Order: sequence, then structure tokens, then C-alpha cells
Amino acid sequence: MIGQQPRVYLVDDHAMFRAGVRVELGTLVDLVGEAGTVADAVAGITRSQPDVVLLDVHMPDGGGLAVIAGVGETRARYLALSVSDAAEDVIAIIRAGARGYVTKTISAPELADAVRRVAADDVVFSPRLAGFVLDAFRDAPVVPSVDPELDQLTPRELEVLRLLARGYAYKEIANELFISIKTVETHASNVLRKLQLSNRHQLTRWAADRRML
Amino acid sequence: MRPRRQTGDHGGVTTADHAAPEFPPRAPRLYRRTRHRILGGVAGGIADHIGVSARWVRIVFVLLALFGGVGVVLYGVFWIVLPPPPGQPERIRATWVQWVLGAILAIGAIGVVAHTLPLGSLFVPSVLAIFGAALIWRQASETQRARWWRLSRSSLSAESGQRIGLLRILVGISLVVLAAAAVVIGTDLSAAREAFVAVIVAVVGLALITGPWWIRLVSELGEERAERIRSQERAELAAHLHDSVLQTLALIQRNSDSPREVARLARGQERELRTLLYGTRTSSGQLADAVRAAAGEVEDDYAIQVEVVVVGDAVLDDKLAALVAASREALVNAAKHAGVSTISVYVEADDRGATAFVRDRGAGFDIDAVGEDRHGLRNSIIGRIERHGGKVDVRSTPGTGTEIEISMPR
Repeated sequence: MIGQQPRVYLVDDHAMFRAGVRVELGTLVDLVGEAGTVADAVAGITRSQPDVVLLDVHMPDGGGLAVIAGVGETRARYLALSVSDAAEDVIAIIRAGARGYVTKTISAPELADAVRRVAADDVVFSPRLAGFVLDAFRDAPVVPSVDPELDQLTPRELEVLRLLARGYAYKEIANELFISIKTVETHASNVLRKLQLSNRHQLTRWAADRRML
Repeated sequence: MRPRRQTGDHGGVTTADHAAPEFPPRAPRLYRRTRHRILGGVAGGIADHIGVSARWVRIVFVLLALFGGVGVVLYGVFWIVLPPPPGQPERIRATWVQWVLGAILAIGAIGVVAHTLPLGSLFVPSVLAIFGAALIWRQASETQRARWWRLSRSSLSAESGQRIGLLRILVGISLVVLAAAAVVIGTDLSAAREAFVAVIVAVVGLALITGPWWIRLVSELGEERAERIRSQERAELAAHLHDSVLQTLALIQRNSDSPREVARLARGQERELRTLLYGTRTSSGQLADAVRAAAGEVEDDYAIQVEVVVVGDAVLDDKLAALVAASREALVNAAKHAGVSTISVYVEADDRGATAFVRDRGAGFDIDAVGEDRHGLRNSIIGRIERHGGKVDVRSTPGTGTEIEISMPR
């Protein structure tokens, strides 16, 4: 993977935004295709089998969630991209399978870095996402659930999450906690997995509450 | 006989006197007379409106009064309802005359009602009770009235603190039961029972027949209300978009040669729109809002980006307000001295306290080298927080960045 540019497929219904990404990222990653609708995206991803899909959350006909559902089994990893960073959007797309979430105000080098990290099977945890996860897992579960491992964060994971929310990069977290960067990445991946699989009543209701309130 | 009054003599009613000829004269509105009147000017006012002599109207009123007292009631109603013409405030006649007339009328009315109506004996006490309640209402202050108004609307669906609603329902139920018991005990049981059963059956039958209609009515009302609220929100959103976003876009075009200004304007507008579109869905307490507002101000003032992450929330009290103010100071320091374009602030709050972390990857500084005369860090941040019982921890490495941790127990 070193030296090889990740193959990226871009899905966004804003043509101007796609053009901008094409120009900015064109030299940093290998842009294999782009699509503006859910149907085109599903067909394109299935055909080109990229490493990373830059997926817009808000699109007509179901948005990013519909693309993930439509493509199904794939080796591609999804990096969600959106204007909003509202909790329900972020949590929903992570639970559907995205490996990270960035907002569209991100700079081009940071976006390229995020793409590379996702391609390397890593997790992109923006401070905002870390904050959402902390919020969702905050109260200790009162009722013992089926899989307590999934429904709680270990103290170490909580520490890593708090540092992420404070704006620390992986390297800085490694320095702070005196662990290796690989360990930090493992913790982040575990947290993401818990976020995706947890059946915590809190988690599912929390997103719904945000919508209802 | 007095000369007939011309309609134009009513001061200020028609515009034909003063306006240009193209405005046709309107018929005067019904007013009471303030001049040339005997009692309240009602008969005169009606006479002027219709266009006849006042004497005839007075005769009609007297005749109506003789036959069943309708005339008195009618006169009284007109007296209360009709205003004097604009521009002619009433000359207050001798007050004792008014009081005497009023008292005579009131006593006459009460006497008539008490004697002619069934249960008339209850009339006087109930009138006195209403009068007393009206007096109390008038004497009450605004807050007391608001409280009573609120209590009167509480019911089963009110918050648990409002026991008045529950009390009212209990009293109502007991009254109904009492009435039913009085009926049952006081009458011949067998006959009453048949009637009772018949009534119950009829009521149940009616409920079954009309029940769905009621339910549909209520749900339709609810839907209509929700739709109205939705369209109101949409209209507000559209108005705000037009106004605020258009202005920002115009400003951006005007400042298009200064990238810093453009970024600042765009960031401010983005923040505002984001709050408008996505912010109202979450219930945020005061601490989160205060932190976001402070970050927004710093963003606007110094043309930088501030990333705000808030976990948990709390109601603002003095201590937490000091925390927010100190965080704002820390943000301003970073904006002024760090030389970066992004700062991040992370706040977590629970019932034990709140902690804020303000971090930048900028120039950093040597803490020990901060002189006693530099008030910024020492007084605004550390001093303020320690006065309220909190703690401040400053970590900074020149060249790497700075992080200020402010914690405040509750």
C-alpha cells in the first residue's frame, strides 16, 4: 500500500462540489469514478470496486444509507462526507458501515490523509464524532444487556476518545498515553465496532430522540 | 321641539366636512350622545343614527320598560356598549346622580330576578360572590393573575407538580357522585332506576355512533395544528434565508479581494445556518449554548475557526458562567498569540462538574516566563476560576501548542 495511491470513488449530488474535489484531490489520490445519484453510485461502485468511497450523506432517494444498502458486500470502505455534522446523520451512517465521517469544510490535504487512513483499514475519528460517541455511551448501563462487551467502553477506550474529542491526533494521543500509534488505532477501531454493533437501548433511542426533539 | 340635528353635526364622524368632495359622506356610526341628553345619551344617539327625533326613541324605550322591563335592560346594555363619539369626551355629570341612578337600577334588577326566577333566593349570594371574585381579580397583581391563569389550565396532563389539576378533577368527580347519590336517595328508587338505565344505554349508544366522528375530529384538529406549525416554521426559515444569507453573499462579493474577510463571513453564515437547520432538533441546555456562542464570537472577531465539541449539558450558574468566560479568554489568547487558523474547545459536563479544554497547535509559550504584569492568563483565567473554586491547568510547549484545562466542580 505504501507508495500506491488509493482508488477513490466519489458520490455527491452537488456537481460543483464533485468538480472541486476532482481538482483538489486529483493528484493526491486515484479518482476512479464519480456519481451524482444513488442508482449511478451503486452501479459505479459495483463495477469499479474502489478502495475508498467518499460518500455524501444527504442525497435524494435515500442518501448515503441507500448507497451502502444497495452495494451490499464489497471490499470498498466508506468515508462519509457531509455538510451537516448533526448527531443523527453521523451516527446513522457509522452504524450503516462507514469507517469515518468528515465535514465538507475539511481542507484538501486533510481529506487526502483521511482517505489514505481509511484505505489502510483505519478509522477517521473527527473530534465531533468522538464527542457523539462519548455522549452516547455516557451513562453506565443499568440493565445488563445480552452482550455487555459491546455496550460499554473500556476505561482505555474512554481515555482515547476524550483525547480525540479534545482535538488530539493519533500521534499525540500515543505520546500522551505512552502507547504506540498502532494501539491507538486499535482502540479507535474497537470503539467504531461497538458503535456499529451495540444494541444499547441508549444508542438507538438517543439518535431517535435527537430527531424527535 | 328642538330642531332636527343634521348628521353632520356629530363631531368627527363624517369626513364630508373636511375632506375633498370626492369622499362620499358615510352614515355615522352608532354613538351615544354627550350633549343634549337626559340619562346616558342612548336614545339620542340611536335617534341620530337612524335620523329621527330623540323624543320618539325615548317613548319607545319607556313603552318597552313598562312591558316586562325589557326596555331597562336594553337601555343598560346600550349604555355600556356604545362609546361616545371620538373627540367628544364625556363631561362627567355630578357623580352622586350617577351613583344613585346606578344603585336604583341594580337593586331593581336584583329584586325582579330574585322574585320571578326559580332559585331566585340563590341569586343574591351568587351575585355577591361574583362581585367579590371580580374585586379580588382586580386587586391581584400581574404575577398572581398569571399564576391563577396557569393553574386554571392544569389538568391530568399537566406536570406532576401541579396537584391543583388533580384536585379539581377529584372535586368534580365527587360532586357528580354526590349529585347522583342525591338523585338516587331522594327519589323513588324503582322508577329512577329504569330511567337511569335508559339514560346510560342512550349515552352509550350515542357514544358508539358518534365516537369515531369525535375521534376523527380531534385527530384532524391535531393534524391541522401540526401542519400549521410546520408551515409557520417553513415560512420563518425562508424569510431568514432570504434575509441573512443574501446579505452575507452580498458582503462576500464586496470583500472578494480579502480572503480573510471572505472566510470569516462564510464561516459565520455557515455557523448560523447550521444552527438554524440542525440545531433546533437537539435539546441543549444553557452551558452548550453559552460555549457555542462564545466560540462564535471569537470566530467572528479574529477570523479563525473554532471547533466546538460539547458532551453533556448543564444549567448555567455562577460557577459555570465563570468557566465559560474563562474558556472564552483562553480562546481569545490562542487567537491572538498562537498564530493558527483553528482552535478546538472540548467541554464535558455532568452533575459533578464541568471541564473545558482549549487547545491549539500553535506557537506555544513558556509558562514560567509569563511575567507578573501580564494580566491575561493570571487574572482573567486562573484568578477567576480559582475564585469560584475550580482548577486551571496550563500545558504549553513552544513550537508544539498549548492546552488549557479548566475544571469547575458544582
